Amino acid sequence: MQKSIAPSSATRTGVWGGIGAIIMSFAAYTSAMVVRQGSSPDWLHFTLPPILYWNSLILVVSSGVLELARTRVGGPFDRLGYANALSVEHLRERLFWLRVTIALGFVFLAGQYLAWRGLSAHGVFVATSPSSSFFYLLTAVHALHLIGGLGALVYALRCLHTDDGPRAVQVLGAVALYWHFMAVLWAYLLVVLAMWV
Amino acid sequence: METVSASLTEHPPAAAHHLVEPEGFIRKYVFSLDHKVIGKQYLGLGLVAVLTGMVLSWIMRYHLAFPDKPVPLIGLIAPTFAAGGVITPEFYLQLMTMHGTIMVFFVLTTAPFAGFGNFILPLQMGAEDMAFPRFNMMSFWVTLVAFLVLVTAFFVPDGPPLSGWTAYAPLSAVGKSAGPGQGTGQTLWVISIAIFCIGQLLGSLNFIATTLDLRTKGMTLARLPYSTWGWFITSIIGLIAFSVLLPACVLLLLDRVAGTSFFIPAGLVVSDALQPHSGGSPLLWQHLFWFFGHPEVYIAIVPGFGIVSTILPTVCRKPHLGPRVLIACQLAIAGLSYMVWGHHMFLSGMSPMSATLFSVPTLIITIPAAIITLLWLGTIYGSKLRLTTAGLFCLGFVSVFVTGGLSGFFLSQPSIDTYLHGTYFVVSHFHFVMGVAAIFGIFAGTYFWFPKMFGRMMNETLGKWHFALTFLGVYATFMPMHWLGLEGNVRRYSSFPADYMHGSLVLHRFITFAALSLGAAQLIFLVNLLWSRLRGPVAPDNPWEATSLEWSTTSPPPFDNFGGVHPVVSHGPNEYAVAGPRGDYIMQADPPVAAPAVA
Amino acid sequence: MGKLFAAAVTVIALVSAGVFFLHTWWLPPEFSVLGTRIDDQIVETMIFTGTLFVAAQLALAAFVLQSSGRTGEIKLFPGGPMPMVALATVIVGLEVLSLVFVGTRVWAKIFLAPAEANAVHIDVQAGQFAFYFRYPGPDGKFGVPHPEKIDEGNSNFFGLDPKNDTAARDDIVSASLVVPVNQPIQLTMHSKDVGHSLFIPEMRLQQDFVPGLIIPVHFTATGLTKTEIVCTQLCGLGHYNMRAYLQVLSKEDYAKWLTDQAGQ
Repeated sequence: MQKSIAPSSATRTGVWGGIGAIIMSFAAYTSAMVVRQGSSPDWLHFTLPPILYWNSLILVVSSGVLELARTRVGGPFDRLGYANALSVEHLRERLFWLRVTIALGFVFLAGQYLAWRGLSAHGVFVATSPSSSFFYLLTAVHALHLIGGLGALVYALRCLHTDDGPRAVQVLGAVALYWHFMAVLWAYLLVVLAMWV
Repeated sequence: METVSASLTEHPPAAAHHLVEPEGFIRKYVFSLDHKVIGKQYLGLGLVAVLTGMVLSWIMRYHLAFPDKPVPLIGLIAPTFAAGGVITPEFYLQLMTMHGTIMVFFVLTTAPFAGFGNFILPLQMGAEDMAFPRFNMMSFWVTLVAFLVLVTAFFVPDGPPLSGWTAYAPLSAVGKSAGPGQGTGQTLWVISIAIFCIGQLLGSLNFIATTLDLRTKGMTLARLPYSTWGWFITSIIGLIAFSVLLPACVLLLLDRVAGTSFFIPAGLVVSDALQPHSGGSPLLWQHLFWFFGHPEVYIAIVPGFGIVSTILPTVCRKPHLGPRVLIACQLAIAGLSYMVWGHHMFLSGMSPMSATLFSVPTLIITIPAAIITLLWLGTIYGSKLRLTTAGLFCLGFVSVFVTGGLSGFFLSQPSIDTYLHGTYFVVSHFHFVMGVAAIFGIFAGTYFWFPKMFGRMMNETLGKWHFALTFLGVYATFMPMHWLGLEGNVRRYSSFPADYMHGSLVLHRFITFAALSLGAAQLIFLVNLLWSRLRGPVAPDNPWEATSLEWSTTSPPPFDNFGGVHPVVSHGPNEYAVAGPRGDYIMQADPPVAAPAVA
Repeated sequence: MGKLFAAAVTVIALVSAGVFFLHTWWLPPEFSVLGTRIDDQIVETMIFTGTLFVAAQLALAAFVLQSSGRTGEIKLFPGGPMPMVALATVIVGLEVLSLVFVGTRVWAKIFLAPAEANAVHIDVQAGQFAFYFRYPGPDGKFGVPHPEKIDEGNSNFFGLDPKNDTAARDDIVSASLVVPVNQPIQLTMHSKDVGHSLFIPEMRLQQDFVPGLIIPVHFTATGLTKTEIVCTQLCGLGHYNMRAYLQVLSKEDYAKWLTDQAGQ
């Protein structure tokens, strides 16, 4: 016997739920940061490593590239992902852009690591100051969620490989939503870090 | 190798994803993707946890009543911590911490929500499973890992933490110099709770997506059974609350192991050593924790609301009074639950102005709670009450919820809390609402859905004895705690050396006697569970003549829940006392009726 | 079964309410200026909640008794859900308003009003597992505490530095809180290590010690008494035994006590 689960909009709902949870958790970190800064005059400001800004560009570009992958499917606003005639070339193109997105994601992570290296070379570590604590914490937690996003992108890649039907397209749409959110979240964090840290 | 799929007509437009019925013991009962199995796994975990938590409380209660006597048998089980059965002050606090943590997280947050919800919600939706079966399986195993990590704290050299389930900083943050168990034990606690948060979040996502997207044809949100509303609202509360607890645990862990100072201020001298931290705020922990902690208690009770509202009409043979008001009140409670967390912190040193800001919504939240209680009473009024055990536990729920809720009135006023905070009055309040009412919800759900889950009926005679002894036992155990609190008896004390508290010993002994008897009475429940599972009479599809979709299928349901047929819903869940082919009720999946007459 | 349930609920409700009403186990007598008002508020709340408690439990019992095993037609509750909404909103709402109104005044007096100008100022330190109370001594000034100088073995509980700090030389440190009657007392509370709390039941006074903060609280004792101060914030294994005595003396006895202490 078998049973069918029809994800259809459920996958997107799940991603929205996840986005809600992540927003809430970063709201908690942000309010912790605000309270911590106000509770003691030991907040040491430091300049953000410039690589962080290049990294942000990479993340935004990766989002754009992902949209290229996603929209090679019967129209950019085709949220339900009903595919029209799918040709081999379209599929090849989608898979290519998806791979580029994933590669850019890894570049971003490498860039974050370099940023950390740069800071620690200047003697700024996790416990050096509450400002550095939050810097490392927020970037690390974002990176963890981004790694999850990379996993989701790989999963979407596999789905497209094995079953290029509407389901794969829906999965891609949901994963894209998450990935774009990672960029939006990073933009928020960048502003917060640039202003506060 | 890239391929293009075959014609799209092979895939239905709402693209299907198939789960094949597994073979083999491991895939069927251990690593199962089936929501029915996962629900039972959660209930099993809840059962193990509640028995553990209960035994811990017995040891505590025995010690409180007879502080100079060693506790029987404990010396054998825990020779390092309680040599000769003597409960040291630190061991008492360690037991208390684990009792609270296990009960709140692994019983009250799992069984009513993830346990029953996982099994029943997809059925009540007319769905074949939850939206994300793999995430569902993951959520259970993550929760189980969290439980195992927590229990490991009993086996490390210094034992479990002693900072309470609330783990206030800096006691929980400075490490082992603060006391026994505050080293590895506390770290394990923090890690366990962080892992638990992840499991909960996965579960919440599932419930939300399933409720919104997997309803069968005709099942509008307005026609959702009230138990599903309860689980749906709980999953939303949980999504937000656990998303805040996880960061709090991360920050606490960093303070403990990475030398940060989120919660630890400067100048602390613990065990003669000046702590190498500075600038942190202990109040920050309290704010983060209680922002989670207050909604958490609604996570514990709202499924119970849903369960009671589902069961009462079936035993009353009468529609629930005011279902739309009921749902509106539950939504109001869920929303307000995020505005009241400071009532745990009136005396914490936070701004006294904010005390009033928190007190007002705390008092206001009693209004929807009172309305819901009155709606239940109004449903019972004039009904044709058939007192099954499930029904009795619902009636008991109403009684104990009234009691527990009313004691909240005192604590929600800051000026009164000045006296009652930290006393047994608080202990009585939260035990009545969580340790009794929420547990009654679990019992009611068990007696109600056991036939559906296991295909057998539970024994009603044993059930009624279980109810009677439990109902009397909980009042005997927890009502006197109000009086202890009024006398000023302080909580979280392993014994009472303060002169003014000596007189309370007689009440403490009474409570201990009641508590141990209450514990013994639960044996009846365990025997009933086991015996009915093995030898109970075979259950029909709909033994309670209830309306919701889970009763439209067999007991237990087949692998795909409805035997390949997707039910079509034409009625709401409240069609009781209505003449129809079945008698005095119409099931949700029954064909439409022209004009139902009141039976 | 319905009869038994109704009977049990009725008995439980009446017996419990009775115990509350008869004050079998009740608040200890209070000896503070604000104590009467807090007690009045407790009593008002108890009357309100007690009435609701008995009414709700008896209604439950009555409805169960009336409907248990009933045959015949069901009776819908007259008026549907609206009377419930109205009842809860009006009754609970009115009482909530009243309690908030009254309670805020009391609360403000405890925590929002500053201590009076003539308040006796006493510094309190909580640490695992004892309270220490510090008086400024004849010079009327407190010495500066230094956590790194705390030396319990030599009774330097506050980490004072009398060698370099003249104000610290005459500070009086006591293990008991000794206060004059009918005189406003201001306590400044700080913690040496973890969270603690100060609870004096007969003063109806309770306040947490928060590490890193200095928290002021004030009260006025209205009767001569010796009563206990206990810790109510879980602070470690000795939490159950962390206590001190509050001694309320007449003004003359207090002055004498101060002189005796200063002499030491």
